[in-house]
Amino acid sequence: MIAEAGHYALVLALGLALIQSTVPLIGARWRDVALMNVARSTALAQLLFVAASFAALVMLHVTSDFSVVNVFENSHSLKPLIYKITGVWGNHEGSMLLWVSILALFGGLVAAFGNNLRLSLRAHVLAVQAWIASAFYLFILITSNPFLRIANPPIEGRDLNPVLQDIGLAVHPPMLYLGYVGFSISFSFAVAALLEGRIDAAWARWVRPWTLMAWIFLTLGIAMGSYWAYYELGWGGWWFWDPVENASLMPWLAGTALLHSAVVMEKRNALKVWTILLAILTFSLSLLGTFLVRSGVLTSVHAFATDPTRGVFILLILCVFIGGSLSLYAWRASALKQGGLFAPISREGALVLNNLFLTTACATVFIGTLYPLALEVLTGDKISVGAPFFNLTFAPLFVPLMVAVPFGPLLAWKRGDLLGAAQRLTAAGIAALIAIAVLWAWTYGGSTLAPVAIGLAVFVIAGAFSDIVERTGLFRIPLKTSLQRAGGLPRATWGTLFAHAGVGVALIGIVCETTWNSEYIGSMKPDDVAKLAGYELKLDGVTQRQGPNFREMVAQFTVKLDGEKLSVMTPSKRNFTTRESSTTEAALLTRGASQLYISLGDTAADGAIAVRIYHKPLVLLIWWGPVLMAFGGTLSLSDRRLRVGAPKPAKAVRGLQAAE
Amino acid sequence: MTRKQRRLTMIGGSLAVLAVAAALVLNAMRDSIVFFSTPSMVAEKHISAGKRFRLGGLVQQGSLKRGDNLAVSFTVADGSATLPVAYKGILPDLFREGQGIVAEGALDSAGVFKADTVLAKHDETYMPKDVADALKKQGHWKDDYAAKPSASAAPPSTQGASRAAQGAPQ
Repeated sequence: MIAEAGHYALVLALGLALIQSTVPLIGARWRDVALMNVARSTALAQLLFVAASFAALVMLHVTSDFSVVNVFENSHSLKPLIYKITGVWGNHEGSMLLWVSILALFGGLVAAFGNNLRLSLRAHVLAVQAWIASAFYLFILITSNPFLRIANPPIEGRDLNPVLQDIGLAVHPPMLYLGYVGFSISFSFAVAALLEGRIDAAWARWVRPWTLMAWIFLTLGIAMGSYWAYYELGWGGWWFWDPVENASLMPWLAGTALLHSAVVMEKRNALKVWTILLAILTFSLSLLGTFLVRSGVLTSVHAFATDPTRGVFILLILCVFIGGSLSLYAWRASALKQGGLFAPISREGALVLNNLFLTTACATVFIGTLYPLALEVLTGDKISVGAPFFNLTFAPLFVPLMVAVPFGPLLAWKRGDLLGAAQRLTAAGIAALIAIAVLWAWTYGGSTLAPVAIGLAVFVIAGAFSDIVERTGLFRIPLKTSLQRAGGLPRATWGTLFAHAGVGVALIGIVCETTWNSEYIGSMKPDDVAKLAGYELKLDGVTQRQGPNFREMVAQFTVKLDGEKLSVMTPSKRNFTTRESSTTEAALLTRGASQLYISLGDTAADGAIAVRIYHKPLVLLIWWGPVLMAFGGTLSLSDRRLRVGAPKPAKAVRGLQAAE
Repeated sequence: MTRKQRRLTMIGGSLAVLAVAAALVLNAMRDSIVFFSTPSMVAEKHISAGKRFRLGGLVQQGSLKRGDNLAVSFTVADGSATLPVAYKGILPDLFREGQGIVAEGALDSAGVFKADTVLAKHDETYMPKDVADALKKQGHWKDDYAAKPSASAAPPSTQGASRAAQGAPQ
């Protein structure tokens, strides 16, 4: 009954989406207010029905109704409740349902909070949003229905892939989808602007917070996924340049570029055409990511369903939306009015440079991800493009970008003073040089590149602070006045500081982890001691334990530093009976930002156990960086300037600008 | 600066960055692309020692030998040829004899494939796509490679019961 209700709700949502995708457009053409307002009510109703459908699937999983194929294939009655819930999106059908639920959520948010949007713009935006929704409802209903029943219900389910039975599944996919799908809003706004043939600074004011929100979620989602892979897969790696990872990195790079070009558009009314293009590209890359992950075209460490009908269907959606929006762009972009002028050396110029490097870096990831696929389709040759390729292309493009990051906020709009900015960055530059010199002396004879890279990171972090120091007049005027000024600064300025500093922090983590990571691999018997990076790890013993739906072998290690007992670590190996597969549960010991990492291998006949121990210096900075970036983004999002006065027409915004 | 000059500067700058990026990509394509081979392709192509490639195939039954200190050796077969593989370290959880794997590394002078990574998927029915395609092409594909061990016992379902729908981190 619940399954049928969920299925029916999804069909109704499709019906509503079809209405929402046509009626408001007719209304906009006829200038009929009532018809345009249909968009709002249908968007909200659609959200209601999709939510009901999603809730139905959650119910089915929670109650372990094995008469439903999706539950039977991915659940087990003994599975802990949390994994019964997260298992809903741990499979193809459920995760697509989550995808459309989030799409409907964003549509509903625009409908609910878009009261002061221009009526025809809102009608257009929601209509475009409904086109996307309709396509994906059809996809789910035709090829990936999660509500199908089995004729003879089995007693027990097949259980969820053990790797996915982790708290990471609760957080990572929803976050990532909030990011991916969140970019649909800027896409809808861009297509709406093209359809209407008009675009102004008020448009940018609307697009920027939505883009920012999607970007925050995507940043956290990627970071979370990376940390999950790090502790769950047991290899201690945090980024594999796997196509599935690249699929999420590409929209992030394009989205970061979009975020910055939208600033130019909002403040200076320039780069309009480019911003529109970026908005289209960003969401296109999100769709591409969905295609790569969901169609099973990839050879990757990620196991996903292979079903050609699905692949072809998503490919079709991809072609229609990307091809359609780009054709519309080619046809209509020239109709948009030109923006303001600026010199190459200016805040605008710096943001253009940022966009240039981000999009180029994104293009190299794109080539590295899709070239092997294209080559295989065209010639049948199989190649794999791994980390070395991306290190040789992506990294060199990111270095100049990092050097330029601190300069951007210090340049004035319209015409900047590069020399002045450089002078104000002297302190940051000196800090960077000192960092390089100290590190080089400390690790003498080691890698020369690592101290330089860390120096660059220090430059980015110190440079981010330079802007605030400059603005508050710190060290030049009395401290009290400085603090008052600091309190008076817009939150967006603080947001920039944290976001830019986060990039530097992440870079330090990446460099330290890759350069000074040390490992011990060997087989150990009880009472054996492994020494690594000053730590002594003694294997106390191995015990067997029974979990809810698995058996596990737990090894206990006592960790000592300088003869003093620090802690006990218990890595384990779990054996899931239903799927006859096992997972490695690594044990982590956090010391500041560094970590000790133990994962277990096989047991030999003589009772010795294969052990892999890593010491990863400052590894946590890799994820603290993105968290800082997301925090910066949240600060910017809470800025008054973004919340208040958004719908003002272009003229009034200009007036405000002068007052700033 | 006029609109035209500004545009020219921007286009010039963009072209310069794109040219650099293109050069980087072409350079990286030349050096760091890893080709995929099966044991019989290795025999045909006479891949020189030290050249990195990915080796795919099935781990031959009874070939797995464990040495001291986590050294392992096994033989990878694709139906018509075999290749000995040496590896040191912890094998993936799902590494088993008879299972499809992909190993990355290079041949040494004695013709042994020294692997530095060995991949097996987190799925008991997993056959790496490359391996499956290569086996099919050579006519050694048997349908039971792909079938789930429990497929015969599974109740009839309305769609693809043998499909293992799974996700993985990221």
